[in-house]
Amino acid sequence: MKEKLQDLYNKNGTRKVLASLISILIGLVVGAIVVIAVGLSKDTITTQGMWDGVKLIFAGILSTGRNAAGVLTWGYNAQSLGNMLFRATPLIMTGLSVAVAYKTGLFNIGAPGQYLMGTMASLMIALSIPTSSVPAWLVWLLAFLGGCLAGALWGAIPGALKALLGINEVLACIMTNWLAANIVTWAFDVSNFKNMVENTKSGYVYKTSFNGVQTAKMGMDKLFPGSQVNGGILIAILVAILVYILINKTTLGYELKACGANRHAARYAGINDRRDIILSMAIAGALAGGGAALYWLAGNTEFYWSTYQSLPSAGFNGIPVALLAVNNPIGVIFTGIFMAMLDIVGVQLTGYTAYNEYITDVIISVIVYLSAFSLVIQMMLPKWKKKGGPNANAEPAAKTAPKPETEKGDKEA
Amino acid sequence: MTFLIQQTLLYAVPLMIVALAGVFAERSGIINLALEGIMIFGAFIGVLFVRNMQSVQAFADAYANKQWLTLQGLELLAMLTAAAMGALFSLLLSFASINLKADQTIGGTALNLMAPALVLFLIRILANQNTLQMASGDAASWFMLKKSTFGIPKKQDIGFLGETFINKVYLATYVCIILFIILAIILYKTRFGLRLRACGENPQAADSLGINVYKMRYAGTTISGALAGMGGFVYALTTTNCTANGDVAGFGFLALAVMIFGNWNPLNIAGASLLFGLFKCIAAAYASIDLNGDGVYLLAQIGISSHLYRMLPYIVTLVVLAFTSKKSRAPKAEGIPYDKGTR
Repeated sequence: MKEKLQDLYNKNGTRKVLASLISILIGLVVGAIVVIAVGLSKDTITTQGMWDGVKLIFAGILSTGRNAAGVLTWGYNAQSLGNMLFRATPLIMTGLSVAVAYKTGLFNIGAPGQYLMGTMASLMIALSIPTSSVPAWLVWLLAFLGGCLAGALWGAIPGALKALLGINEVLACIMTNWLAANIVTWAFDVSNFKNMVENTKSGYVYKTSFNGVQTAKMGMDKLFPGSQVNGGILIAILVAILVYILINKTTLGYELKACGANRHAARYAGINDRRDIILSMAIAGALAGGGAALYWLAGNTEFYWSTYQSLPSAGFNGIPVALLAVNNPIGVIFTGIFMAMLDIVGVQLTGYTAYNEYITDVIISVIVYLSAFSLVIQMMLPKWKKKGGPNANAEPAAKTAPKPETEKGDKEA
Repeated sequence: MTFLIQQTLLYAVPLMIVALAGVFAERSGIINLALEGIMIFGAFIGVLFVRNMQSVQAFADAYANKQWLTLQGLELLAMLTAAAMGALFSLLLSFASINLKADQTIGGTALNLMAPALVLFLIRILANQNTLQMASGDAASWFMLKKSTFGIPKKQDIGFLGETFINKVYLATYVCIILFIILAIILYKTRFGLRLRACGENPQAADSLGINVYKMRYAGTTISGALAGMGGFVYALTTTNCTANGDVAGFGFLALAVMIFGNWNPLNIAGASLLFGLFKCIAAAYASIDLNGDGVYLLAQIGISSHLYRMLPYIVTLVVLAFTSKKSRAPKAEGIPYDKGTR
């Protein structure tokens, strides 16, 4: 038994997970420190309020609000948990998007743009095909695939610019992000999808439920009554597993990884590196676009279309989700849920304390910062040496272990 | 025309100085993707400084008595504070990428995430809203140079040059231009500049000649942080009326683009940022640009959608990059952590 534990501990994958967990812990502690520091410097924030803030940061997901006496109460909160899973859906998808591109050595900072294009395509398809003549589930499927396709096309642009013209993909992605923001605004501006019925909501597009198109609940509403969750989270998890298979078990996945490791060596080995770079970005784009489709097709949220001055945070947050999961598609499921949990914590902080939701973004950024040198953290972890075997630490580097990763991540999520 | 030139400069100058910030970091071998974040942070610090100083008696009196020199001094002090804090903030990046040999892209991304989060968190607590404004008055009344500043009556015509470069401008714009020139000379004509550039091209060779690569890289990123922080405040002062809201409209990333298509060369960068500033200006104010002064607003009358004008800067960048990227030459060692042991 002890032997097995030692093996597990010395595995590369386990150490990666441990490094991620340490990053998360430090991030939360830094968040708590900021809360305490601000609390001490502002006299309007009482010690009790400060303490409540710290408690919410660590366990906000289990908060059930304040009781009549104004004291925070704790317990199983089905609504928060369900909303967490609902918000995790697009994060998992954009996280996968960033992770896939990263495997090919590309930094997909273009996820927000791909997300926006996916939003536009899926909303327009879902709202324009009348459900009176076409069954709603078919419209949903078309809208979802349309969202994926739009994202794929938008992702392929920086991919092609990189592969064919040698333009830095980070730069091309940033440019296409802002182009997408303008195009989406333009397209909805001239469209007739603007919500004119509820005139208090100017600037919003109709919910897809106006056309009767909604993601199936798949029993999730029974598990988490009163929340926004739907079957989208199950689809996202399924997609993550498919991506894992694509990357680790197929020829294409191998080619993509080879390109990421060394583009020139890959070409020498007969791999079409240009095609693979474009393909990788297209897949990444499809994932981000699909994430947007899953979010908006839920039919319970409205899209603010005049978005030319801002990019969706769900796109950018795919970066920390992927980094924290060390670009492992299975790990992305758990880190996506973790990020969504922080999101809920932010809502709780805004609702119940003098603090606001931006502290959770601070926590996320600290975690990303730490994950930049997770290798150093991994090296600092003490080695658990076997007494006799000289090969105890000589695990092959390529062998990552997804299984322990899921177990560990499970606890965190 | 006067309006066009002034507006173009307003957009071009922050871009130019922040792109130079990028040059200093990358020439020393560190990719500074955090320019956007540092700008956001610098803008916040500068505005906060101005906001706090407004209640100081000396400055309040200066405003009441129209002592413009003191107010310009306040503006310079705010720029300096923003620069200092920007430099401090950039140390996070230097520490991770130089001492810990971290992935510089991820480190920069972390700072880009951190700055708006931290800034918005603090603004919400300080001001109870999402925008931090000046305590009283606005940027124009406090800091803008006008005819009346120089004792010239409002009605008097002071010629094209005067109207363009003296009336309704900010001192910060010119400070940035002068700083840009000085720093470009330092980068190319001094021993320090040569050593800095050597560390971005071949750090091993530089080290073998007794140059401390770590120190040089720290110097490069810190100068970069200072310039970006200052650029952030200048942007906030001149284009958003001295307010901070955790956003600089992607200017840090645009500066990165300007740097790349200026080929890491200050002269090209100045030209690139002017071009870019022109398109930004057209996008923001195409409806009120009167090219030849005959009262005809040509750009508004062509009937092209405003959305297209807003996309122009990005399209132009992509097109120009498509043509120039084959020739572009990034510093050879950028992005690679320096390890004494490697050959």
